[in-house]
Amino acid sequence: MLLEIKDLNIEFHDHDVPERVLNHVSFEMDNGEMLGIVGESGSGKSMTAMAIAGLLKRHDIKKSGEIFFDGNELLRASRAELRKYQGNGISVIFQEPMTSLNPVKRIGWQVEESLKIHRPDIGKSERKQRAIEAIADVELPEPELIYRKYPHELSGGMRQRAMIASAMICEPKLLIADEPTTALDVTIQLQIVKLLQRLNREKHMAVLFISHDLSLVRRLCGRIIVMRNGNVVEEGFAQEIFDNPKQAYTKELINAIPKLVKL
Amino acid sequence: MRNQKYSFNLIAGVAITSVMLFLVILSFFYTPYEITVMDSASKLASPTFKHIMGCDNFGRDIFSRVLKGTGNTFAIAAMTVAIGACGGVIIGSFTGYFGGLLDEILMRINDVVFAFPNILLALVFVSLFGTGKYNVAAALGIAFIPSFARIVRGEFIKCRGMDYVKSAQLAGVGNMRIIFAHILPNAFNVLMSSIMIGFNNAVLAEAGMSYLGIGVQPPDASLGSMLSESQTYLLSAPWYAAFPGLMTILLVLGFSLMADGLKRT
Repeated sequence: MLLEIKDLNIEFHDHDVPERVLNHVSFEMDNGEMLGIVGESGSGKSMTAMAIAGLLKRHDIKKSGEIFFDGNELLRASRAELRKYQGNGISVIFQEPMTSLNPVKRIGWQVEESLKIHRPDIGKSERKQRAIEAIADVELPEPELIYRKYPHELSGGMRQRAMIASAMICEPKLLIADEPTTALDVTIQLQIVKLLQRLNREKHMAVLFISHDLSLVRRLCGRIIVMRNGNVVEEGFAQEIFDNPKQAYTKELINAIPKLVKL
Repeated sequence: MRNQKYSFNLIAGVAITSVMLFLVILSFFYTPYEITVMDSASKLASPTFKHIMGCDNFGRDIFSRVLKGTGNTFAIAAMTVAIGACGGVIIGSFTGYFGGLLDEILMRINDVVFAFPNILLALVFVSLFGTGKYNVAAALGIAFIPSFARIVRGEFIKCRGMDYVKSAQLAGVGNMRIIFAHILPNAFNVLMSSIMIGFNNAVLAEAGMSYLGIGVQPPDASLGSMLSESQTYLLSAPWYAAFPGLMTILLVLGFSLMADGLKRT
């Protein structure tokens, strides 16, 4: 078992009335699995990802439950402990490739960053070598050239690939992809999805794929979790859920997928 | 949009500033006359080939004193901005990045310092620690910290919510490294142009301090102290006031144009 979430509850206390954003969320992930979380905006899917990645370190947030990653509890781990896993065991890629890369730093510098933090023993030239390999691995053309470029010189799809390269460089066991294709157009979406699929297969890296696009998740993931208002509504194998949705909400979601109609 | 890589302002600013910088560097090694040598025969002499900017009330060569004075003013302004910018970057980046109670406390202190006019604050400092070049630079530098701190803080607040900062945090990068290696370079442009504007204010503040007699002490020269000495002879020897005034204007103008040019490119 790679990831085990048990009865996760999260409440925001930054207003007078506490706001519950996650309600008794439990699920599990195996090594090398591709799990999809679908749901509408505000359903708590990104919040779940942030909790796993350890970005919820604010004082006005009340948390309960347990998150086990590789047998270690993350929800109550100290910052220093958490930092060992961040970028090294768990990596995250975001929705907006335009803002998730630092505009004033070269791509190479950003790809190398987690390597610099987590493997300080690796020398400069080898680090560069690995970064170029990682850039080549996400199917970017002329990796040596890309290494020296700034984010504004790349297109959205290329930036998302660079982002994936920087997330992959420490060879994490779990990649959390928080709507990685939402900001891209459809043809690029497919390329990125295929890339994630290939990396999942080749590196045996688990991918937690968060999306509101049910048809995309169906292509990609073996198992799907449907969330709504902070609750897990339905969980099961992709085929099962599509063929035989048990909950009314899941049916609604499936019916909401636009179909190709001949006029 | 003009199809031009650098604006006219930037080029003009760099040109003026480099000439001034050249004169400043020159003044450390060479001045036509010793700045303290008095020649009673040429008291308040008008500009000639021998003394191209004329002589002052003690018969000292104004050109030499203007060179030295520009150097002193430049050095004080540079020190002031260096102290202000360093302090401002440290306070602004920490308060902007961490926020919360630390931000509240430091920014309220900042507001208090900000509420006093720079000159008044510097006067208090000088009256406590004595006059002199370095004290004036330190006093003005401390008075300049709040404005830099605010600018840097604003940039950090803007950047700390960006996805690239989040992804750096998620990559396990430490806070110090995020502040100085990830966010600070993004604030560089804004910081650069406020350094230029701050430098101008520092030149004017130094001139003001020296004019009041608490900056550079005679017989050493600074642009402010020369302006102050020359006002008695404004009618009989107008060149005495004109040349230090002109140098002050050029110094400020050069940096203003540079700041403006940087903002536009």
